[in-house]
Amino acid sequence: MTMERPSTAFVLTAKAAAATPSPKRANAASGPERRLRRLSRWDKPSTILASVRGLTQPKASPPTVGLPVSILRKIVLLPLLFLLAGCEMVVMSPSGDIAAQQRDLIVISTILMLIIIVPVMALTVLFAWRYRASNKSATYDPDWHHSTRLEVVIWSAPLAIIIALGAITWISTHLLDPFRPLDRISQSKPMPPDARPLDVQVVALDWKWLFFYPEYGIATVNELAAPVDRPITFHITASSVMNSFFIPALAGQIYAMPGMETKLHAVINKPGDFNGFSANYSGAGFSRMNFKFLGLDHKAFDEWIAKAKAEGSPLDQDVYRALERPSEGEPVRYYASVETGLYNKILNMCALPGQMCMSEMMHIDAKGGDHKNSEANRERLRYDGHRLRQGVEEPGATFPVSGRPPNTNVQPQGMKPDSLTPDVNKQQTQPDEGQGHRMPGGDQQGPAPGQMHDH
Amino acid sequence: MFSNLDLQQLIFGRLSLEAFPYHEPILVATFIAVALGGIAIVGALTYYRLWGYLWKEWFTTVDHKKIGIMYIILAIVMLLRGFADAIMMRAQQAIAFGEVNGYLPPHHYDQVFTAHGVIMIFFMAMPFVTGLMNYVVPLQIGARDVAFPFLNNFSFWMTASGATLVMVSLFVGEFARTGWLAYPPLSGSSYSPGVGVDYYIWALQIAGVGTLLSGVNLIATIVKMRAPGMTLMKMPVFTWTALCTNVLIVAAFPVLTAVLALLSLDRYVGTNFFTNDFGGSPMMYVNLIWIWGHPEVYILILPAFGIFSEVVSTYCGKRLFGYASMVYATVVITILSYLVWLHHFFTMGSGASVNSFFGITTMIISIPTGAKIFNWLFTMYRGRIRFELPMMWTLAFMLTFVIGGMTGVLLAVPPADFVLHNSLFLIAHFHNVIIGGVVFGLMAGVTYWFPKAFGFKLDPFWGKMSFWFWVVGFYFAFMPLYVLGLMGVTRRLNRFDDPSLQIWFVIAAFGAVLIAIGILSFLIQLFVSFKRREQLRDTTGDPWGGRTLEWATSSPPPEYNFAFTPRVHDLDAWWDMKKRGYVRPVGGYKAIHMPKNTGAGIVLAGLSTVLGFALIWYIWWLAALSFAAILVVSIAHTFNYARDFYIPAERVAEIENERTRLLTAGA
Amino acid sequence: MSANPAAAAAQADPTTFYLQDEHHPENGTLLGFWIYLMSDCLIFAVLFACYGVLGRSYAAGPTGADLFDLSLVAVNTAMLLFSSITYGFAMLAMAKDRKAQTLVWLGVTGLFGLAFLGIELYEFAHLIHEGATPQRSAFLSSFFALVGTHGLHVTFGVIWLVTLMVQVAQRGLVIENRRRLMCLSMFWHFLDVIWIGVFTFVYLMGVLR
Repeated sequence: MTMERPSTAFVLTAKAAAATPSPKRANAASGPERRLRRLSRWDKPSTILASVRGLTQPKASPPTVGLPVSILRKIVLLPLLFLLAGCEMVVMSPSGDIAAQQRDLIVISTILMLIIIVPVMALTVLFAWRYRASNKSATYDPDWHHSTRLEVVIWSAPLAIIIALGAITWISTHLLDPFRPLDRISQSKPMPPDARPLDVQVVALDWKWLFFYPEYGIATVNELAAPVDRPITFHITASSVMNSFFIPALAGQIYAMPGMETKLHAVINKPGDFNGFSANYSGAGFSRMNFKFLGLDHKAFDEWIAKAKAEGSPLDQDVYRALERPSEGEPVRYYASVETGLYNKILNMCALPGQMCMSEMMHIDAKGGDHKNSEANRERLRYDGHRLRQGVEEPGATFPVSGRPPNTNVQPQGMKPDSLTPDVNKQQTQPDEGQGHRMPGGDQQGPAPGQMHDH
Repeated sequence: MFSNLDLQQLIFGRLSLEAFPYHEPILVATFIAVALGGIAIVGALTYYRLWGYLWKEWFTTVDHKKIGIMYIILAIVMLLRGFADAIMMRAQQAIAFGEVNGYLPPHHYDQVFTAHGVIMIFFMAMPFVTGLMNYVVPLQIGARDVAFPFLNNFSFWMTASGATLVMVSLFVGEFARTGWLAYPPLSGSSYSPGVGVDYYIWALQIAGVGTLLSGVNLIATIVKMRAPGMTLMKMPVFTWTALCTNVLIVAAFPVLTAVLALLSLDRYVGTNFFTNDFGGSPMMYVNLIWIWGHPEVYILILPAFGIFSEVVSTYCGKRLFGYASMVYATVVITILSYLVWLHHFFTMGSGASVNSFFGITTMIISIPTGAKIFNWLFTMYRGRIRFELPMMWTLAFMLTFVIGGMTGVLLAVPPADFVLHNSLFLIAHFHNVIIGGVVFGLMAGVTYWFPKAFGFKLDPFWGKMSFWFWVVGFYFAFMPLYVLGLMGVTRRLNRFDDPSLQIWFVIAAFGAVLIAIGILSFLIQLFVSFKRREQLRDTTGDPWGGRTLEWATSSPPPEYNFAFTPRVHDLDAWWDMKKRGYVRPVGGYKAIHMPKNTGAGIVLAGLSTVLGFALIWYIWWLAALSFAAILVVSIAHTFNYARDFYIPAERVAEIENERTRLLTAGA
Repeated sequence: MSANPAAAAAQADPTTFYLQDEHHPENGTLLGFWIYLMSDCLIFAVLFACYGVLGRSYAAGPTGADLFDLSLVAVNTAMLLFSSITYGFAMLAMAKDRKAQTLVWLGVTGLFGLAFLGIELYEFAHLIHEGATPQRSAFLSSFFALVGTHGLHVTFGVIWLVTLMVQVAQRGLVIENRRRLMCLSMFWHFLDVIWIGVFTFVYLMGVLR
């Protein structure tokens, strides 16, 4: 990953802040400043003037800041500033266009806010020093507590900033909506008219990621690849609990939720190995729920597909059932072929045999339920807890159902052995240890599956 | 399923001997330490025959001042527990790289971060804030007590009861491993079977009853019991923020109660509100819990804002700049805090228009907040600033909080949030506002009002030690997290692959150690101040040159607060009295009508603890029994009509004459 | 009492800074109770919201139209509305200081309340018997939670009512008891208002769609 010496971000934003107030603005600011100079009888010293200067600047460039054109121009210009500093932090120096635009937003917003923040901090220190009790030369005015003009300034200055920021927010939120298809490849590359996005279906399983490539009929675990400069459309869901699909170098995250599909449109502009992971806590194995995202040129991508086809085995419901068990630190795996409609079944929570798909259920519900077959449908609609019924420890299980004594170092099934107490975990070690494929309740000597509580 | 274990299950439910982690050296050592400490305290109390005193004067008290102090003691105790969790996390994250897995296995680590969040918000910050409001508000408005003194006692014990359940989870069974908001479906019975989430639910439900009632109580107090002449726009700013906070409590906590009740129905009865099954919607939980959760943030920060307002004007010797705009800002924040909850989950995919609406409402909150900062700033302008500790905390707050505010607005920009959500940047942000805002505010408040409560000031040397370690420690602990967040590091990880991150975590851990020294210094400060109390004594009742009514009475105030109810003419009532030559009345005392102590609160809360424990462990007979007992005790309590008494005029005269003597001796 | 009040009075009129008589602020109980009711109202708001979101998630099971017996619910609604009226009569009797009459009307109110609960329990039992349990679908979960929470409130209302009847019988219409009767009155009417919402939103609209 690209995260070597990440010390310069703050320096950089500060630099950028220093750079923004343009001469034009300073001129514009002189109007309100003059007004404030003859503010009132209390306001003569230079100290307050300094504050006022800081405060009025945003006011001076009022709603014009909100104009999309000027914002876009700034969005175009700012990355240059960052290029100067080199790439340090992945969020600040991403390799995908969406993430780059998100980075720009961070920078612009920070600069806008620093227009207020810096003067406030400076004034705090200045006033604290100047009006210290021991400084008898400073004016003391115990009853001064109101100044309408100053009040107007202290409400309107932040308001002006927020108007600008709000406008930026409204526009950028719509432009960078993860559900919205891309309209460019990168800042310098428009979208080719014949561009066909690469569809990737993403499933967050308990502590590994499953990727389907419907176009190529393959699937992979914990490795994702995409050709450089080709738009990607992710369809994202999860098998059991909420996760968040996040590749910082590529684009912002979006939740992966069971029984629901979220989407993300993104494009990778540079080849390389990038980190992807779940950004929403999902149980014990969450910390190893990582995958590699490979940005490949077209030739390498074709080779990668070919490799997956050559090395992989078929993925069907049975394989999926084994795969779906909680396990962590899964090695990369390829599947050369995929059972038709498997992703849709996972999305609709009916990848296990005998279950009714949520789509079917919603169809029935839209037509007014199914009173007659209620009991039969009921059995087919129980998605949660099927692993629990088989005695597999679930992601958040605690004593007594976890089957482990409370707060021990004994690792649950499917988890990597803990280095502190390797002996404890040795007992459970079996050939496929850590893969979660073992049938529970069999020959294991590890912790017994806990009693479950049926309602 | 139903075998010979039936009897044991009938009697003990899910509870068994294995629930006690006697095999875990760390926990056993902790338990022994806690037990020895407990035995020592119990022994000492017994030896000095203090039980009767404690029961009569403290546990059953309806005096808002004593209840306030008990709240703060509870908060400090829970701070130690919550901070121990923090240190454990920092240590784990500082060492667990590559092949090294650290010393906490995931299922233990997951409990630690869940407990840390729950304890710090519900059982540290909330009781601390409630304690200060309880202590100060009636004094500031010139009242004798709160509107419902018994409810006040009951509220405190319910909070303590919830805290007890969280502490019990350390030694009996396990706590939740879900994160502090327990998102389903992970927190549902399918994915989190066992007692963890049940501990979470019942601890919060029981404490929530206390919080809600205390909110009702303080609103009624502020609305009905202000001294004559104190119009709403003459209320001290702290009382204003307390009013808004309690309005928020009353308007937000029912949502938490309801949503947790639904979660417990899912877990206990098998309903389908938040499951994946049968048409449930986990997303609804996330929405509902944040409809409570966001106002909760303001419940904590508003009183801190109030404290800073009092502190700034006192130590600058100057009227607060822009009182009216301060009040309006507070009210605007109160209202807006209900319109922003979705910013906690932009990444759920609500669509651009919804996201930008909530992003923009969030940003709008920064306008009144900014106005407040400017108001404090211009209160300093042309003041005579005395750098006593509360003022130092305030300055540290002003410099720290603006950074947190800035990163907060940044996170409110939805596309920016997509890359920063759930990252350590977010963690840094909310610790920046909660430590830099709430905790600094509470420390300022404690130092400011301590002499009022105990009659002597806190030792300044150890206070400064605490201040510098806290402030410097905060920057060391959380600035690296901003950097890590920008490096794409997410929260709640118990190990990392990339060794280049380690240096930042080590710095953060170092910062946590500094904060630990800060907390230790605070405890030493309390001890040293108690030792040196005669040197630090304040006989005037007004050690700082205060401006509001609480400084008009003695320190500590008599149980009736004011021998004569003050009549208010000005915003800074006490300042106005001093300026216009108020002379303390020294005669003409009347008998004072006061509420009587009662043990019903502690009994009911004790029964609630038992009820919670029984529900957690499925000990149904005990649950039914304790519930019935709660009903019986509540009803019996309503048959007690003798709830008040009169302090005779002679007794008042005695107390007031003693104060007269002290005042003349000091003059 | 050795100080000299006259001297103090000479400096500044002391009465301007404090009251010489005991200050008796208005009793806050009714306000406090009203605030509590509003918070309770929010709990119902959440439950209504849940019903609004989940009310059509039948999970391929029965719907409101399949299950609800409107005439039964109408009788039930009448019970609750009558109980509100009789509570009103009790309050009128209290205002006229007629203890016995108050008690009688309270008793009648309690009976109507019990009738309401009885019918509701019968309805629940019937639904569960038909397989429409709270576990069956999100719609039924939210239905049972909303209606059940209301029922629990009525139950506590009845317990409270009985307690108050005993207290009024013991001590008469003293100030404390009057205050308590006022609080329970608010509570009782509040539950009525909530029920109107339940009846319209859950039953009527449930059968209509």
